[in-house]
Amino acid sequence: MRDQVTIHGAAHTDLKHESAIKHVTGRAEYCDDIAEPIGTLHAYLGVSNVAHGRIRSIDLTKVRAAQGVVDVLTVEDLPGSNDISPTGLNDEPVFATDKVEFWGQPLFAVVAESRDMARRAAEMGEVDYEVLPHVTDTEAAMAAGYPNVTAPLTLRRGEVAPALDAATHRIAGQLKVGGQDHMYLEGHIAFAIPGEDDDVVVHCSTQHPSEAQHMVAHVLGVPSNAVTVNVRRMGGGFGGKESQMNLFCAVAAVAAKKLNRPVKIRPDRDQDMTSTGKRHDFVVDYDVAFDGDGRIEAVDAQFAARCGYSADLSGPVTDRALFHADNTYFYPNVQLTSRPMKTNTVSNTAFRGFGGPQGAVMAERIVEEIAFKLGKDPLEIRKLNFYGEGERNVTPYHQTVEDNVIARLVDELEETSDYQARRAAILEHNAKGGITRKGIALTPVKFGISFTATWYNQAGALIHIYNDGSIHLNHGGTEMGQGLNTKISQVVASEFQIDVSRIKITKTTTEKVPNTSATAASSGADLNGMAAQNACVQIRDRLVRFACEKWGVPAEDVVFAPNEVRVGGEIYSFDAFIKLAYMDRVQLSAAGFYKTPEIHWDRANGTGRPFYYYAYGAAVSEVSIDTLTGEYRVERTDIIHDVGKSLNPILDKGQVEGAFVQGMGWLTTEELWWDDKGCLRTHAPSTYKIPLASDRPREFNVKLADWSENRELTIKRSKAVGEPPFVLGISVLEALSMAVASVAEYRECPRLEAPATPERILMAVDRLSEA
Amino acid sequence: MTYRQDIRFLLNDREVSLDTVGADDTVLDFLRIDRRLTGTKEGCAEGDCGACTVLVGRIDNGALRYEAVNACIRFLASLDGCHIVTIEHLVGPDGALHPVQQAMVDYHGSQCGFCTPGFVMSLYALWMENPTPTEAEVESAVQGNLCRCTGYEPIIRAALAVSRYGTPTRDFLVAQRNKIAAKLTALDDGRTVAVRRKCSRAFLPANSDDLAEILAANPGATIVAGSTDVGLWVTKMMRWISPAIFIGNLRDLKEIHLTDDALTLGAGVTYTESQQVIGEAFPHLTAFWDRIAGWQVRNMGTIGGNIANGSPIGDTPPVLIALDATITLRKGAERRHLPLEDFFIAYGKQDRDPAEFVECIAIPREPGGLHAAYKISKRRDEDISSVCAAFNLRVEESTITGARIAFGGMAATPKRASSAEAALIGQPWSEATLVAASRALTEDFTPLTDMRASSDYRMRVAQNLFRRFYLDHVDAAPAPLMHA
Repeated sequence: MRDQVTIHGAAHTDLKHESAIKHVTGRAEYCDDIAEPIGTLHAYLGVSNVAHGRIRSIDLTKVRAAQGVVDVLTVEDLPGSNDISPTGLNDEPVFATDKVEFWGQPLFAVVAESRDMARRAAEMGEVDYEVLPHVTDTEAAMAAGYPNVTAPLTLRRGEVAPALDAATHRIAGQLKVGGQDHMYLEGHIAFAIPGEDDDVVVHCSTQHPSEAQHMVAHVLGVPSNAVTVNVRRMGGGFGGKESQMNLFCAVAAVAAKKLNRPVKIRPDRDQDMTSTGKRHDFVVDYDVAFDGDGRIEAVDAQFAARCGYSADLSGPVTDRALFHADNTYFYPNVQLTSRPMKTNTVSNTAFRGFGGPQGAVMAERIVEEIAFKLGKDPLEIRKLNFYGEGERNVTPYHQTVEDNVIARLVDELEETSDYQARRAAILEHNAKGGITRKGIALTPVKFGISFTATWYNQAGALIHIYNDGSIHLNHGGTEMGQGLNTKISQVVASEFQIDVSRIKITKTTTEKVPNTSATAASSGADLNGMAAQNACVQIRDRLVRFACEKWGVPAEDVVFAPNEVRVGGEIYSFDAFIKLAYMDRVQLSAAGFYKTPEIHWDRANGTGRPFYYYAYGAAVSEVSIDTLTGEYRVERTDIIHDVGKSLNPILDKGQVEGAFVQGMGWLTTEELWWDDKGCLRTHAPSTYKIPLASDRPREFNVKLADWSENRELTIKRSKAVGEPPFVLGISVLEALSMAVASVAEYRECPRLEAPATPERILMAVDRLSEA
Repeated sequence: MTYRQDIRFLLNDREVSLDTVGADDTVLDFLRIDRRLTGTKEGCAEGDCGACTVLVGRIDNGALRYEAVNACIRFLASLDGCHIVTIEHLVGPDGALHPVQQAMVDYHGSQCGFCTPGFVMSLYALWMENPTPTEAEVESAVQGNLCRCTGYEPIIRAALAVSRYGTPTRDFLVAQRNKIAAKLTALDDGRTVAVRRKCSRAFLPANSDDLAEILAANPGATIVAGSTDVGLWVTKMMRWISPAIFIGNLRDLKEIHLTDDALTLGAGVTYTESQQVIGEAFPHLTAFWDRIAGWQVRNMGTIGGNIANGSPIGDTPPVLIALDATITLRKGAERRHLPLEDFFIAYGKQDRDPAEFVECIAIPREPGGLHAAYKISKRRDEDISSVCAAFNLRVEESTITGARIAFGGMAATPKRASSAEAALIGQPWSEATLVAASRALTEDFTPLTDMRASSDYRMRVAQNLFRRFYLDHVDAAPAPLMHA
């Protein structure tokens, strides 16, 4: 021990995921694995099978009579409010009452002795509807005069109209980019256990335990202090479990309290996909002006999104689309408007990137338009329009970009990926006019880090040191696979200079840290890491004071060395030191807190500093397409990504790889398809195709920008990593676009719609060939 | 007939006998709910995500073989005489991680961890058979496993490194092979089994004569072979399948005969079991076979089932129709033979009497033909075809003298493109001929628009495949991107 020079699991080292061994042995406990108490019942939702209609009557006689059914919950059984809208707009009922607004909307819940019985009984509801006309897509909603689900946003800087009119070149076009299902491998699930008085404990798989707690209390009509929400881990979240778990938590809790029995609810994959929200798809109308070199002079764009029947998080999602419509580019004159459209579809929600990727896709489309128009390499146009340093550095929301590293990243990637030589070879290959065409594209990302709802940028942690020297770590963030718990235990290990194995990671619970924010917006480690560090510092300060008093040394003579504490000339093992502190009645527990400094946002005027800092990255992807079938393959992808001074490089690399493939899936094979009755027909992995191992790039080189360090005082100068690399999937779309454009000698921008399925590739090839 | 009234199998290190088993009971629910072996996860309950992957060991031609299967769509009754191995069984008695597990840990192959037990089981099955796989072989083994977190890169790295952590010869299952084989052999008493849970009944005939007899006594019973389709009737559509007759273990339906003239496959032969012989007899199907479903489904699904269920998008019927296959249907002791193309009458309607079952498929081998099979899908692997096309042309002295071309996904049944075929016969073997004939496809098909593809795309791509077919048979043609 005395010879140990460093601790195991310090910050900035490659520590394995805290649950890795449990994952591979099947011992990691997910919500559905929790041992069920005797008497546990199972609930299941009965849902609508029309997209829009007035409910004339609901007859649940057969449901109640079905085998194993214990009870059926309807709106009458909700003791509190029939509302789970996360933004307080009161537009999202637990159970629909007079009208249904999408196919799959919950109407009632069956509670039965087994899940199978509940699921079968839920099909037996007889609902009489007056069917109303419905619209499922954004354009139809605009044409039909559907309202916005929430207030739109406009960002404005400079003078757009005159700049557009005066420009050398001007192109107007439209971009359609599809939605995406989260397809977390573990679906939604909640398990409520009733307690005394008003109490209920809900185990579930949510990214936002505090909101689930508040919603359950709201629906039960009890104060929040009666409700405890617990999450040990999720089998994936990706934003899909930020607000969407509220429904299941509320239903389980109401049933548990009413029947005084534990109640679990777990929809099957089809119901999970039809009755919970997804990534917003967008229709973007853009108008761009640029000079003869390709320098952008003005951008005017309207972002219309399919929001579904209620607001949910569509306000901040569509806001973030606008915040990222510049990606890494300076727009001297700009006007961006959102149109969060109501549609008769499930209410769309958070999904990794939260609208940001959709905004960035438009920026890259604009680049393409300019490049094809001027006959240049899109990379040249990108570089020409990058935000500058010290000049040309103000965003459409009037925040100055102060930490710009995009030029350096892109230069490095251009060289290490051998971009120029490969592009030349591809141009030569395509010039031969064969059936197989190739494309290559290098696309950047700049991603704003912070919740744009400024008050969300706070976090808490709770740390206990027991008198044997073992540490109990708790914080408000949730573990969904991203390694948040691993990173935070590294922070704590570093603060106390002890091996990470001495720290016990515990489930997230509203009992320990109250009023937490969602683990979302890539903020988990930034916020909770700082809160945990704050708790550590409090305890450490007390320990130092204790040592100074006990041994009469100055504070600088108390040193936390690896697994020991040095006081003057004496060395104590950490355990022994803690025991002494305990005997001296030192408080060995602390609640830490953090709030992000410096950020502010005035939405009404579209100005402020919504983001504490930016994360950057770049990817270059090469693809081949078959011009007879539209099939394609990603041949190679190289990425350099900026995570500041990484808390855990190997976990961050995993985030970058995973986000890229997920982003690529969004833009290629993942297609949501509604039939003409408004029923989502791609509602399971048999019909909804996320990437497989064989879809990942044939060669995949991912590197972190190891020279980067966050300029802001974030946790150990690291940067957030969850969402930004998702945007790098755009490199695949752009490479596909180049391959398609080759059939018409790159004269025309293919305006490829996303997802660029083989069908869309072939149709675009045919369209361009025939033109 | 007297029946044995329980099913018997090995579960990890225990022998299990169950006398209350319904036709619709799934292996996954049995593991998770009855046995609380919760390491096996439910991700989709339709055999598409692999989170529920377990190994099933069975005696095959006298040898014990383990295969990765989807517990979600596998029925409990079908485990009779098998050894089922779950993730819980992999850690050694000393608590040491299995080489596959250790590699996954060391290469950071898990993030959320929910798909991980399934990946471990698939990779374990691969490693037992092939300890030093190529990257392509790894990808093929995990075609049926979805991961939403990692982007797969670390999982593949782990899979390629497993052999450095241990060799299968020292693996516990391999070491115990003789013991387990002996136990399984002892379980096999050669008797027909009948079990039930309340009114849900399951039969496991001991041979096809028993099958014929049980089916004659229960016409309309659900015949379950690999359950890769019927499984979904239960898990997705909540249909009752009782009475069900499980035929997956019938050795006499698993026979394979290859002669110079024909390949005959018993209806119970799985995709995996036929892989090698198909490649031998029909080399053009080697790559195509690997694109049917995922590995777990190929381990369970049978060619007979793919035919008998009459799906318009099944992958084998178009291929077999193009090869002029015939099937044998049996009812009691009677047999009749039918060209496969005549078996499909209309959507969901086949020329099969409720008391008949498909016994075998005979595929003629005619030397000298030009063959190809194409599968077009949104995602390359483990997807259902938008269009499936199979070509079988005879060219003599540069003239096309014979043509059998069949499509899936273009009509309510797998169907030949007779107008296009007619347009080819007697014409010179040239690109122009193929392109001209492809235009006749509009007379043969009016494809649907659905979530997989639009009508327009289906038609265009089907037509383009005529050109693809030509190019693939001309020297110096560009290597086809997706089918190599």
